[in-house]
Amino acid sequence: MTDLHLRAVVERRGVDVEFDVAAGEVLALLGPNGAGKTTALHVIAGLLRPDRGVVRLGERVLTDTDAGVFVATHARRVGLLLQEALLFPHLSVAANVAFAPRSGHGKRPRREARAAAARWLAQVDAADLADRKPRELSGGQAQRVALARALAAEPLVLLLDEPLTGLDVNAATAMRKVLRDTLTRDGRSAVLITHDLVDVLTLADRVAILEAGRVVECGTTAAVLAAPRSHFGARFAGVNLVSGTAGPDGTLTTEWGASWHGTAAADVVAGRPAVAVFRPSAVAVYRDKPHGSPRNTVELVVAELDTSGAAIRVRSDRQPDGAPGLAADITAESVAELGLAPGERVYFSVKAQEISVHPAVTARGEAPT
Amino acid sequence: MTLPRWIYLPAAVGALFVVVPLVAVVAKVDWPQFWTLIGSESSRTALVLSLKTATASTLLCVVFGVPLALVLARNDGRAVRLMRSLLLLPLVLPPVVGGIALLYAFGRLGLIGQYLDAAGIRIAFTTTAVVLAQTFVSLPFLVIAMEGAARTAGSDYDVVAATLGARPTTVWWRVSLPLLAPGLASGAVLAFARSLGEFGATLTFAGSREGVTRTLPLEIYLQRETDADAAVALSVLLVAVAAVVVFGLGARRLRSGSMT
Repeated sequence: MTDLHLRAVVERRGVDVEFDVAAGEVLALLGPNGAGKTTALHVIAGLLRPDRGVVRLGERVLTDTDAGVFVATHARRVGLLLQEALLFPHLSVAANVAFAPRSGHGKRPRREARAAAARWLAQVDAADLADRKPRELSGGQAQRVALARALAAEPLVLLLDEPLTGLDVNAATAMRKVLRDTLTRDGRSAVLITHDLVDVLTLADRVAILEAGRVVECGTTAAVLAAPRSHFGARFAGVNLVSGTAGPDGTLTTEWGASWHGTAAADVVAGRPAVAVFRPSAVAVYRDKPHGSPRNTVELVVAELDTSGAAIRVRSDRQPDGAPGLAADITAESVAELGLAPGERVYFSVKAQEISVHPAVTARGEAPT
Repeated sequence: MTLPRWIYLPAAVGALFVVVPLVAVVAKVDWPQFWTLIGSESSRTALVLSLKTATASTLLCVVFGVPLALVLARNDGRAVRLMRSLLLLPLVLPPVVGGIALLYAFGRLGLIGQYLDAAGIRIAFTTTAVVLAQTFVSLPFLVIAMEGAARTAGSDYDVVAATLGARPTTVWWRVSLPLLAPGLASGAVLAFARSLGEFGATLTFAGSREGVTRTLPLEIYLQRETDADAAVALSVLLVAVAAVVVFGLGARRLRSGSMT
């Protein structure tokens, strides 16, 4: 397990970023196109020399412009997975995965490399593809093989540059599950660039948001997604998150015994940590306990009213586990009608079909706050 | 998209312009005497010399041209771009001029030749000179084909291989080169064909000594004076060899590999 520190200034691209990834932690890099996410990964991988900067992986300094240190890409032990699988077209799937064991930093004999390749292929549910050529694979299969190939190099940190973009929904779900399993099992540090909220929810411990080449927000996934402070974060996320344990049929029970009913994603396992997600616009606010259809109704205390945008955002006090309070977007008329003000007791109500339940990242790095 | 119909007329003229002379020379051959005509001692010697020297120069082109093409494809600095133009000059240079240039480089009194001569090495008017003349004119063909293939392939695979821990030399042998094999094949075919047909630079730099520097094109030119029928038969032989090369390996590769 190795931690990563990055500080990089690339003037040509207007990038000036700094972030850390703790050992075994997955950091999601979010931000609009051109914000410098890929540039940051290229600096870490040694594909780009920053004008000024430091890359440190555990005890090893990989880049240090002041000291004139620049370790070549092949000696960094940094894995890279891109949107395109880029499997070597002239090699079979097995030979692709055996590439690093054969030709990488710890050159091993052919037989051993083959065995290692078979193991990694099995890990990504692709053992049956071993004898195929890359052109005979679907996009999802190719991406799983590419992951096995990257892992076979035993990288100390894995850089994932939109590895799920371009896959169809089913392939993306399967790939996400494989990524989740491998990252959790090996406790490997990773940096993930994505545009998908579900990726962040299910894979990342922490989130850093980049805008115009700067890190504008950084924090635990729960904190950033539920109460984003940056513009991009607000547009990207701004969702309600409730952590708990998954039950059967899309139910979720919190530590403090509250039950939520929603639609479970395919990879939710009953009894495992999960998170319920819903948009503030899906929340209805009542003065008195509503009767009838909505299955999810909670009594809360209003903490603040925020008039950003067309709607008014009503935010409740923090949740019992310390997570940011739940938010509801309602019209100004409703606020006036209900006579809402901080400190008032209200009921938030959400229909079950508005809530999706996803497997949660278990506390590997730090507990969600 | 449909082409305007008039365009087929100039297209047909162009095609006929290439095909008619080939048909004419094939029609002129005294077929019953064909084997006797090309079977003379001097013809066979010339053919064997041509094949040997063309093979040698193709090898030289591959050994030096492939690295050269990769350097050109992966660098876009001003110096490299200027170098690229210079290197492709032999493509448009009259071969005779190339021969003269080689003479002033490697000849007895040449820029490098004077030192070689002092060391007891003479190149001009030897078989080595034939190979050098052919390499000089063929190298740009291989470089252009390989560079195109390398630019099309890009460096993404090389980058991935590096992140997998492979050193640059390992990447070169295990990834870059195998991926460029089609471009290499078409480039080598072009270089071989060009070497086989080399005339002007060879005559100027290597002369026309039977069995030493008189390759098939030189032999044809000489025979034309004394025995026109033999010259025609040998021409057809050269057309046949070129056709085998182009159809056997070239045409397909030329389409799919290098020039795209």
